[in-house]
Amino acid sequence: MAVANVSAHDAASTHDDHDHEHHDNFITKYIFSTDHKMIAKQYLVSGIFWAFIGGFLSVLFRLQLGFPDMDMSFLKPILGGWIDATGKLDPTFYLALVTMHGTIMVFFVLTAGLSGTFSNFLIPLQIGARDMASGFMNMLSYWFFFLSGVIMFISLFLEKGPAGGGWVVYPPLSALEQAIPGSGMGMTLWLIAMVFFIASSLMGGINYITTVINLRTKGMSFSRLPLTIWAFFLTAVIGLLSFPVLFSAALLLVFDRSFGTSFYLADIYIGGEALPNTGGSAVLYQHLFWFLGHPEVYIVLLPALGITSEVIATNSRKPIFGYKAMIISMLGITILSFVVWAHHMFVSGLNPFLGSIFMFLTLIIAVPSAVKVFNYLTTLWRGNLRFTPAMLFSIGLVSFFISGGLTGIFLGNSAIDIQLHDTYFVVAHFHLVMGAASFFGMLAGVYHWFPKMFGRMLDEKLGYVHFWLTFVGVYLVFFPMHYIGIAGFPRRYYSWTNFSFADMYTDLNMFVSVAAIITFFAQFIFVFNFFYSMYKGRKASSNPWHSNTLEWTTPVVPGHGNWVGEIPTVYRWPYDYSKPGSKEDFIPQTVPLSATPESNLPHEAKLVQLEKEIMAEEGEVLVTNESKES
Amino acid sequence: MYGFLISIGVVLLIMVIWMVYRIQTLISVAKGSDKKIATTSNKVNAILFMVFLIGIGGWMVWYSVKEFHNYQLPIGSEHGIVTDRLFWITMAVTGFIFILTHILLFWFSYHYRYDEKRRAAFYPDNNKLEILWTLVPAVVLTVLVISGWKAWTDITGPAPDNAHVVEIMGYQFAWDVRYPGADQQLGNYDYRLTTATNSRGIDFTDKNAFDDFPSQSVVIPKGEPVLFNIRARDVLHSVFAPHMRLKMDAVPGMPTRFWFVPNKTTEEMRAELGDEEFEFEIACAEVCGNGHFSMRKVITVVEPEEYRKWFAEQTPFIKSNPDLVADLPVELKELAEIYINEE
Repeated sequence: MAVANVSAHDAASTHDDHDHEHHDNFITKYIFSTDHKMIAKQYLVSGIFWAFIGGFLSVLFRLQLGFPDMDMSFLKPILGGWIDATGKLDPTFYLALVTMHGTIMVFFVLTAGLSGTFSNFLIPLQIGARDMASGFMNMLSYWFFFLSGVIMFISLFLEKGPAGGGWVVYPPLSALEQAIPGSGMGMTLWLIAMVFFIASSLMGGINYITTVINLRTKGMSFSRLPLTIWAFFLTAVIGLLSFPVLFSAALLLVFDRSFGTSFYLADIYIGGEALPNTGGSAVLYQHLFWFLGHPEVYIVLLPALGITSEVIATNSRKPIFGYKAMIISMLGITILSFVVWAHHMFVSGLNPFLGSIFMFLTLIIAVPSAVKVFNYLTTLWRGNLRFTPAMLFSIGLVSFFISGGLTGIFLGNSAIDIQLHDTYFVVAHFHLVMGAASFFGMLAGVYHWFPKMFGRMLDEKLGYVHFWLTFVGVYLVFFPMHYIGIAGFPRRYYSWTNFSFADMYTDLNMFVSVAAIITFFAQFIFVFNFFYSMYKGRKASSNPWHSNTLEWTTPVVPGHGNWVGEIPTVYRWPYDYSKPGSKEDFIPQTVPLSATPESNLPHEAKLVQLEKEIMAEEGEVLVTNESKES
Repeated sequence: MYGFLISIGVVLLIMVIWMVYRIQTLISVAKGSDKKIATTSNKVNAILFMVFLIGIGGWMVWYSVKEFHNYQLPIGSEHGIVTDRLFWITMAVTGFIFILTHILLFWFSYHYRYDEKRRAAFYPDNNKLEILWTLVPAVVLTVLVISGWKAWTDITGPAPDNAHVVEIMGYQFAWDVRYPGADQQLGNYDYRLTTATNSRGIDFTDKNAFDDFPSQSVVIPKGEPVLFNIRARDVLHSVFAPHMRLKMDAVPGMPTRFWFVPNKTTEEMRAELGDEEFEFEIACAEVCGNGHFSMRKVITVVEPEEYRKWFAEQTPFIKSNPDLVADLPVELKELAEIYINEE
């Protein structure tokens, strides 16, 4: 039905679009825009802004960890009272830095910046739709996110500091201001910001799901969707099912903090007084939190994997190996992501029997991840690889996904996790597999679709320099953390010198900090490239990567409604690269099978027949339509 | 002055980079190489992947071997030997996959770099391969899980009846230790009874509490089961004894436990490591506030005879501070006085 509607609507809408262009003023075009491409760019720029804030916070605490004796007075102009008279960083603020770094990176950069940018940008363009199902809701989604960001940003400047109980904000620490100053106003703002963030994610997610289900163009069946769209679709499903649970966790925490309830609080004596709360369970919060928290890992990772699949296939000039297996493994990851959350809680006082169950479930999820890696490797095998910056970042992603994924096998094993839990081994693990991998997915996406976003190319050479500095940098930062973790160094420590078992590796920590600072500054190359190329970059052609997917059939800079005239019909899957017999090494999705008899595979002969019948029917419809009009 | 010079240097550096960048852009436009695909850059990137594989890979292997004795913590408990063995078995398996997949990833990247004369192979799927690499990881993981599961159930199973009980209570920012005394029964506690002199909130109307005694460090016997009863008074903490391969959260309102068998005395460990200063330590592994990084407690492991001797010499709470039982009902107070006056 939807398909028929779209084509019937086309003729009229092209005319509308034309009108629209003239009515756009600055505010409707750049600020309160309902165009999915503009909203995507808004998300992207916000994501870049937050990535720099989050990265800068990490540089600050890496300075403390790498150079514990350093005089940090030179940071006084920025940090003010958080640097004491002797030039030392305040331990409370250290915890706040760690907390805000985590919150910002996980939610604002890798969730909003990644899904928000590429789901918005690519879903309509790659499935052949004029825009999102609800442009207005899409706009609201961005502005809720923006508001959330403003609130979180304000909390950075509070006198008592922002939230400081770690990004997981476990109560009772996060519920009691007596326990840590950040649990006062800072935590209140954190919770308010998260509520807006969750609302934003839900509105975005509903839109993505609806659009993918309802607005695919003619011929774009689910079995012809690019893997990017599959990934965004499943990501949105995960978000829709898990974010409300975080909302409930936050709501109960608000009640405990402000209205005297005892959902999470029990038997607490603090600041010289016994609190009246009894009967609550701190572990309940952890269950609710990780019911989102673990799927969240896949919310940030799946879009990156989707982007990588697309970029690797295009630049290997080869079909992605095992398209169906890729979809099945993503589905497997989606479903399993909901039943592994308690592996974050093996030593939280959880019933050990439950621990066993979650250990089994957790290690099952490693199987689809392994399948994905092997499929990527096979896609590269016997390819004809073009190392565009996007391709380099995608290969980097695969490397991080392997390195970080393998350490997950240690942590998912509850017996081994006893020792490794909350040590730097965990920090190394998730920064590689979820942090760096997703971040690389995001950068691959920016490099690959920049020409479609701004009609100009990013500079390749700068892209190469950016890639190599970042790739090597990330490994130099996070690989040594495995050693530190195996040696038992706990996380979120301001200093390790109080313990004789951890009073070593000052050299390694210094090394990590230097690598982190260099990697951070290497990102400025990207920012320069990004903003410079936006205005001064080389003009892009309409299909610079010789890619098959639909977005490259639009004008170089697509306007409102994306396609001038009718939305193209799709006749084949998106991965017909280097098909034997075909002259070019790519066949776009819009080329009918009947037009390429020389390269059709035996099983496609039947489809050609079917295609011809449909086209004949279409022809009749068109003829009748025309005769009606005249 | 230095700041000024440095900023001038930075500005000059940026200008140089800028010039180089502009020149290379202009050259590539002039040569028309910006239209080509099989460029030198493509080759350079392919080679860099091999350099990365050999360079960074070699550095990782070298450092892992060189530092082996540094990052591997000595083991102080029986189950620690089991979990460490599991750790290193997993390391062998994953290490093999890590190296293999990375060699493939970077070798393919290098070997199949773009060549105008070549065409990529059209190889969209192979179900046999997919099944193969679904089943192999599944089987390997099953083996790892089952051995991990066995260890986990042994470690988390109920403590033996003869285990020595030690109560460890976390609060901001230290640990308080309590022993059950001669009767081997810890007295009840109630957080509302917490005062400056009764930091653990011990309920002295419970007779079992009369002989309970505190200790500055956790003293435990070698070779005998020890049960930590763990609780927290204010926020979450986590008892982490790295040498014992022991970690368990301390949760307000929900007591937790962890039992283990220490297998080396502190003295033995000192001799073995040649480090006279060595101590087994407890740290906090769950963020709990400003002093999170300073919650140190020492565990002293001694020979069983020495432990019994030490245990018998300790002074109960009520003996060192008789005020604790001043308000008790008469009968209980009389009973308490027996403990207090005992020599």
